[in-house]
Amino acid sequence: MSLLQVRGLTKRFGAVVATDALDLAFERAEVHAIIGPNGAGKTTLINQLAGSLRPDAGAVLLRGRDITSSSVHDRVRHGIARSFQATNLFRTMSALDNVALAVQAGAGSSFHFWRDVHADSGLFERALALLDQVGLRERAEVSAGVMAHGEQRRLEVALALATRPLLLLLDEPMAGMGPEESLQMIELIDRLREDATIVLVEHDMDAVFRLADRISVLVYGRLLATGTAEAIRSNADVRRAYLGAAA
Amino acid sequence: MKLRAALPWLVLLAAALLPWAATAIDQSYYIGFARRVMIFALAAASLNFIMGYGGMVSLGHAAFFGIGAYTVGIAMTHGVASAWIVWPLAMAAAAFAALAIGSISLRTRGVYFIMITLAFAQMVYYLAVGLKTYGGEDGLTLIQRSQIGFGIDTGDEATLYYIVLAALAGTMFLLNRAVQARFGRALIGIRENEARMEAIGFPTFRYRLAGFVIAAAIAGLAGALFANHNAFVSPTILHWTQSATLVVMVLLGGLGYRYGGVIGATVLLLLEETLAALTDTWHLPLGAFLLAVVFIAPRGLAAVFSRPAR
Amino acid sequence: MTATLLIEQLLNGLQFGLMLFLIAAGLTLVFGIMDVLNLAHGSLYMIGAYLAATIAQASGSFWIALPAAVVATGLIGLLLEITLMRRLYRRDHLAQVLATFAVILIADDSVRLLWGPAPILLSAPAALSGPVQILPGVLYPAYRLLIIAVGLVLALALYLFIAHTRTGMLVRAGSSNRDMARQMGARVERLFAIIFMLGAMLSAVAGALLGPLLAVEIGMGENILILALVVIVIGGIGSIRGAFVGAVLVGLVDTAGRAFLPDVLNHFLAGAVAAQLGPALAAIAIYVLMAAVLFLRPQGLFPARA
Repeated sequence: MSLLQVRGLTKRFGAVVATDALDLAFERAEVHAIIGPNGAGKTTLINQLAGSLRPDAGAVLLRGRDITSSSVHDRVRHGIARSFQATNLFRTMSALDNVALAVQAGAGSSFHFWRDVHADSGLFERALALLDQVGLRERAEVSAGVMAHGEQRRLEVALALATRPLLLLLDEPMAGMGPEESLQMIELIDRLREDATIVLVEHDMDAVFRLADRISVLVYGRLLATGTAEAIRSNADVRRAYLGAAA
Repeated sequence: MKLRAALPWLVLLAAALLPWAATAIDQSYYIGFARRVMIFALAAASLNFIMGYGGMVSLGHAAFFGIGAYTVGIAMTHGVASAWIVWPLAMAAAAFAALAIGSISLRTRGVYFIMITLAFAQMVYYLAVGLKTYGGEDGLTLIQRSQIGFGIDTGDEATLYYIVLAALAGTMFLLNRAVQARFGRALIGIRENEARMEAIGFPTFRYRLAGFVIAAAIAGLAGALFANHNAFVSPTILHWTQSATLVVMVLLGGLGYRYGGVIGATVLLLLEETLAALTDTWHLPLGAFLLAVVFIAPRGLAAVFSRPAR
Repeated sequence: MTATLLIEQLLNGLQFGLMLFLIAAGLTLVFGIMDVLNLAHGSLYMIGAYLAATIAQASGSFWIALPAAVVATGLIGLLLEITLMRRLYRRDHLAQVLATFAVILIADDSVRLLWGPAPILLSAPAALSGPVQILPGVLYPAYRLLIIAVGLVLALALYLFIAHTRTGMLVRAGSSNRDMARQMGARVERLFAIIFMLGAMLSAVAGALLGPLLAVEIGMGENILILALVVIVIGGIGSIRGAFVGAVLVGLVDTAGRAFLPDVLNHFLAGAVAAQLGPALAAIAIYVLMAAVLFLRPQGLFPARA
């Protein structure tokens, strides 16, 4: 059984069909990249997988269970986590507080009104460990809003990791990064492949071919091709529609 | 830093000494005045909790204040005078109303949330006006104050003062703890970035509703104390301008600052009192003052003296 | 309940609704385009009424007072925009609430200083003090017919202005996408000032026309502001069409509710309960309407924003 499956997924915005009867499966322990030209509906797909957007038709199945009508936070509980394409952090809080909040979300109920959160065993320890994992430990006390762009993107990933996901949806984690920062992110994602299944939306083809086990190509909300990295690279349709400029 | 930490305690000490000092200089009127300030400070603090920390701008908070006050008043007309019964009852009534109103209102955001809380508050207002049996437009007089027993005479002005002071101090203590605890952190996160909170797994609606209900219960307590302080309740306390005044108090004091509500209520009521003694048209200088705050101290008075207690 | 009474109340509702529209139009434009929540909008309505009353008494003529008050209030509105409002465009809604609340306080007491605390008298023009037969057997006050006529004419004029002039086009563009309009080079400061002044003048018309029917008193602004806010929320913030539909709806529901609900309730409930509940329900009818609209169409009936 696939870890996550999408059946006949359809989403329309007025006259625009952003997702067109999509059938796709994501297997356990793989890095699955989703590529395609701008407007192909990649972020729309991520939003529907994460639950922030409801499809007009079709289903999303997690380990065979229909989660199409599950809320965003319920899906997080079931093991799906996402990072955002446009950095979406708690800008006035420190990096540590950002991650601690995410850890708190997964550490039982927050209907606690008495005990200071800093005395809460393990929350901040785990947060520091996560910052370590993404290489931001020294920046723990820095306000998220003033961090460098690359650091913010890594913090995004840390937040997603905090929920101990089975499936990590990374929406253009390398967006707006320079070559050195991108390399750091690629290495980070490479290290993560052992902890979670990763669905990676990216434009950076270098990263995609280095990281991806399988690739799916989306054009106008439809699946053009899906297969191993090699198969996609040599696929004539894909070259014509998308890679022609890049590959 | 030391002074800043000690300041709330100093203020508490001063407040504790006030009745003695006022009586000593034969100005016992100020006991009642300070008591009124503390009651509204309590209501404003509860609003600051959801506005400043939860990002929920409610233009209907006076409704919960009024429900608390009317609970005490109505119970009194039916002969129920025990504070042990009616004060928790007032809080429960306000909380229950908040549960109903919040379940619907909290599905909206921004200006729509403001308007829908206003709408519900107006409904409560007109309900109070319509309840002729309990005074209607003319209001309801309480024949006596709530009774506590144990030889405590709530009829004595200073005694009631200390009860209100205890309620305010106790609530502030608990609220300050809650802000630093998981619940407070969750509310702050929700105010800052609700979508993100959902994305990391918080069922945000639940927490917002809980905060809304808690704030309402506290406002209900303030209302119950007000009914005692005033010995009279009328629909005026439910008018939308009262809700607006509470919002103004929070903004004036400092949105999201620990004592923002308390400071705002104190300054506003003190200003009213002093200005009204000087002139009949005291709204004018008060308005000018508020305008000055908007441009000179845009984050409120508390911000002038401290950094946010986040 | 006779047909005559029904027609009369419906016309009253239309009349009130049209005046609400004049007030709501300015409010929705300012909120929709400049993104400013202007609580002091009701104060301009009040100033319009007070000025009309004073000029009418001084000149002896309602017909002089009306345009004079409108122009004067427009200038006051312009002054307000230049001195205060334009500094609020960049601020968040809460700062705007605080600032415009302060303006309400200042306006209320300024009026008190100039005119005293008691309500003042604004009389309808003598020529229109009698009834007119609009249908066989149905008499309706001439003055109220004037209000309806003025309301409809202004609504039409506003529609033509928005839909068929260059400035109107900028207003529409600004309503749906403010940044876009700015990028397109619209002379934003001038546009905002014009819009604000227009809103003030429309409110003044409503204030002057309603003055003879309602009391001209301090606090009249706050009462009407609440209704105007309900109207624009129902209609959709930033939409003139929404303000029109919303205002007429609110006017009808409020007037008809107050006139008929108590009677209707009497048929179903016991006397004492109905007597208490009726007026209360009538008063909250428009809030129930607003809550219902928000529940079904959270953005209002005709959302202007994309």
